[in-house]
Amino acid sequence: MTTETTPRTSPEIGGMGHSVKRKEDPRFIRGAGEYIDDLVLPGMLWLDIVRSPYAHATIKGIDASEALKIPGVLAVITGADLEKAGLHWMPTLAGDKQMVLPTTTVMYQSQEVAAVVATSRYIAADGVAAVLVDYEPLPVIVDPHKALEPGAMVLRPDRAADKQTNRIWHWESGDAAKTDAALAAADVRVSEDIYIPRIHVASIETCGCIADWDAVRGQMTLHMTSQAPHAIRTVLALVSGLPEQNIRVKTHDMGGGFGGKVPVYPGYVLAVVASLTVGKPVKWIEDRSENLQADSFARDYHIHAELGATKAGKITSLKVKTIADHGYTDAAADPSKFPAGLFNVITGSYDFDNAFVEVDGVYTNKPPGGVAYRCSFRVTEAVHAIERMVDILAHDIGKDPAQLRMENFIQPEQFPYKTPTGWEYDSGNYGVALQKAMDMIGYDDLRKEQAAKRAKGELMGIGISSFTEIVGAGPSHDFDIIGLKMFDSCEIRVHPTGKVLARIGVQTTGQGHETTFAQIIAEELGFPVGDIKIEYGDTDTAPYGLGTYASRSTPVAGAATAMAARKIRDKARKLAAHLLEASEEDLEWEPGKFSVKGSPDRFKTIQEIAFAAYTNHPAGMEAGLEAVDYYDPPNLTFPFGSYICVVDIDKGTGQVHIRRFVAVDDCGNIINPMIVDGQIHGGLTMGLAPSLYEAITYDELGNNLAGTFMDYLVPTAVETPAWETGKTITPSPHHPLGAKGVGESATVGAPPAIANAVVDALWHLGVRNVDIPMTPQKIWAILHEKGIS
Amino acid sequence: MIPGQFDYVRPADMAETLRILKDREGEAKLLSGGYSLLPLIKLRLAQPALLVDLRDVAGLDGIAETDDYLRIGARATHRQIHEMPMVRDRYPLLHDVTAVIGDPQVRNWGTIGGSVAHADPASDWPAVLLATSSTIICRSQSRERAIAAREFFLDTFTTAIEPTEVLTEIRIPRRPRGAGGAYQKLERKVGDFATVGVAAVVRLGANGRIESAGIGLTGVAETPFAATDAEAILAGNAPAEELFRKAAAAAGAQSRPAGDVRGPVEYKRAMAAELTVRALRTAVERALANA
Repeated sequence: MTTETTPRTSPEIGGMGHSVKRKEDPRFIRGAGEYIDDLVLPGMLWLDIVRSPYAHATIKGIDASEALKIPGVLAVITGADLEKAGLHWMPTLAGDKQMVLPTTTVMYQSQEVAAVVATSRYIAADGVAAVLVDYEPLPVIVDPHKALEPGAMVLRPDRAADKQTNRIWHWESGDAAKTDAALAAADVRVSEDIYIPRIHVASIETCGCIADWDAVRGQMTLHMTSQAPHAIRTVLALVSGLPEQNIRVKTHDMGGGFGGKVPVYPGYVLAVVASLTVGKPVKWIEDRSENLQADSFARDYHIHAELGATKAGKITSLKVKTIADHGYTDAAADPSKFPAGLFNVITGSYDFDNAFVEVDGVYTNKPPGGVAYRCSFRVTEAVHAIERMVDILAHDIGKDPAQLRMENFIQPEQFPYKTPTGWEYDSGNYGVALQKAMDMIGYDDLRKEQAAKRAKGELMGIGISSFTEIVGAGPSHDFDIIGLKMFDSCEIRVHPTGKVLARIGVQTTGQGHETTFAQIIAEELGFPVGDIKIEYGDTDTAPYGLGTYASRSTPVAGAATAMAARKIRDKARKLAAHLLEASEEDLEWEPGKFSVKGSPDRFKTIQEIAFAAYTNHPAGMEAGLEAVDYYDPPNLTFPFGSYICVVDIDKGTGQVHIRRFVAVDDCGNIINPMIVDGQIHGGLTMGLAPSLYEAITYDELGNNLAGTFMDYLVPTAVETPAWETGKTITPSPHHPLGAKGVGESATVGAPPAIANAVVDALWHLGVRNVDIPMTPQKIWAILHEKGIS
Repeated sequence: MIPGQFDYVRPADMAETLRILKDREGEAKLLSGGYSLLPLIKLRLAQPALLVDLRDVAGLDGIAETDDYLRIGARATHRQIHEMPMVRDRYPLLHDVTAVIGDPQVRNWGTIGGSVAHADPASDWPAVLLATSSTIICRSQSRERAIAAREFFLDTFTTAIEPTEVLTEIRIPRRPRGAGGAYQKLERKVGDFATVGVAAVVRLGANGRIESAGIGLTGVAETPFAATDAEAILAGNAPAEELFRKAAAAAGAQSRPAGDVRGPVEYKRAMAAELTVRALRTAVERALANA
């Protein structure tokens, strides 16, 4: 383990470890990015969607006659129209099915009910307002606990696991009997109910597409906001029957994805249907309310956890029972074998033998989803639960939470470490990361200050989160989405003049792929980073890949890029041997050139070798310098970190003020430190968001109470504290670059640090848990009840 | 979030504006900034047939002190008011409020007249105008009239302005010696309307007692209102924490909040009281500094 990166390449080459400025930024900064909504194709039409005001209702009739009278409104599409073509339902990535448009019943507020096609965006919206739908409201189930009660109305009799209830599936992991025995034998047992509320990715760019059907050529081009364009192409081919070579899915610049642009939404399908019908390009772009109210949500886990330990605070066992609210259909985007994602990574950074986790997926009258919002499939929920439980245990036995963690951490020499739920952690050094965070923040002094403040009646808290992440899905023996194995890919072409075009199977939604993937190639081949162009997102040109989510780009496609580059280097060695009239074994590689061992002035640069590949290749060798790699990772990667948060609470108003926040992250070897720092800053802010501000809540009728940015409270720079970041470096032993994913670490790790700090400030009042978001009204109610406020 | 159809006109001067309002009485909405009105139109919660944009109408944006009052033209943006050195130095209450209205974008575009005429029940300016007992000037083709702030805010989004009138200026009484004011706002995040906003002014007499007090509350009733019970408790008494608490309790009791996403009734009442105490503390400090 180290703490600093020493680049192997020169700054001119700009390989790994250099903070190369982002190659994509000039076009973003200068307003020259190209997003779907910037595209206007000749003859293009617009589609807008009629949505249900009710969370559950029978549709008694749809009258489109007034809408069709509006000049410019060309068509109104209903579920009945789609039913004729068998397109009113579509499969979800989770193996459930979802309505494209309903024929009889709407199942959540804002559900798509009909689509209006018109000659402009504004006329389409006027058309939507003029469509009259006759609804008969039905009873609504909002609470998943009530959905599971005996006798509850069954929302999806066609799909419920046992046909009698709203249970979608039951999933479990670990050893129940062993865990029960260990819990029974434990000196100390702590249990808690923890709710991780429903939130939304709220990316700056909403979802949308342009479906462009060319009837003459039989070609469907789908410009869309997708984090996984190849998978979309295959699904579209399977569902529509169009030949896959005639489907081109193309993404453009995207204003954030965060998991929300993985699923297929009815709007995409409606645009495709509309374009196929009218033979013109049809654009569909959500507005902000539609995005917040109807697109896939994240989280919404009701967790009950029980932790067993010895008197001294050595953890022995963990038992977790969880209800997962999926809305009216399971449209999660988890790998097929993992309906609750990787939630069983819930044993966290701690060494103990007994764990049992069970999750029940449940139907309610809410929008579908369960996307991995900047989270590798339910890891955020898992980390929040274990980090809260460990803190409760520490407080209960009167041990400092940092000390308790230190005493329970998996030790560096235990890696690779097999967890009781079956994961094999690749590498870690948890104690060093926590100690570094404690040193950075001045932990011991803060504890003294807290004691002094408490004596004066002031509320100050210190919270720790020492998380272990699990990213980079994944090995083909366990990981697929709708049968597609979760490999990823890179194709590299070196041009005669020594310039490089590389295409990757993963999509960027703002992460900086055009820079970091170029740096990987620069690292491996020694071409200057400025000579390398990265392309992605066009299924006609990019190699097949499963897309960007769950921090898998670097672990999987990054590895593919390194492997493809190494194939090129192998061929370059042969070319160099030919040019230098030496044997391959006598050549030495350093970034950018091969030289003859012992004769450093006899060398050929990679640029000279590239030229020779097209002008002077040896007999018997194919011309050209290209390679492709499809990488099947042997394991996931397990980034980790320790975060410490200090809060002060205003007793009069209940407001939580984050005074300091230190984040020490370890994501293995780092490709671009500046980009990693940016990922962590952004991730921390997205971790702050649900901790104090964001939540999608519903009233008892299923009305969304946070359907615009007025009430869905995305924090701004003003609410965001000055993040203090640090790092340790523990390379992944199995990744070709020693790298791990980093995109989501901070989003996963931050909430429990903040929650632990707030509870720490209130523990002496008898407060054991506060569910996020910890809003002023929630904190004030607690203080008021305790007679403080 | 796509608005329905509406007409849009941009009159060149006040005479033309007043004529349009008369000709299309009841159909027109005035646009002066638009940061409250346009979201309502985009959500189709408001669907005016005609928007009359005031941006070309001259003479509505001055800020000046007369012998009796501070005159603020209706088109003055929150930011223009915030950046006036005279406002910063002499009217810290106003400077408090212009710092917390909406966000920088709102403050750059939004105007005091637009905000006051819109009369959102949780907007910031009305609390200030109520606390200071300001006057609102409105003009129609036939007359100009002055309306006391305390008679101006009638109900949610409803004021004493007639459909044919334009709000032209705000007159805030000059700050005398011994007077101080402060604004306290609780919001869920920057840019939000107030969960509770409290404007307080106190005037201290030579004997150190409170001669008069004004308290305006926003966010905790169907429209912003003056906490008259609290004002009466303060008048004639020496400023003290206990007195502030008593007055604040009265302000909380006089509020009529609705329970909603910003909090339940009990919480909002408690916050009205808490912020009243905080506003009074600062107002008295400033009054003492201005003795």
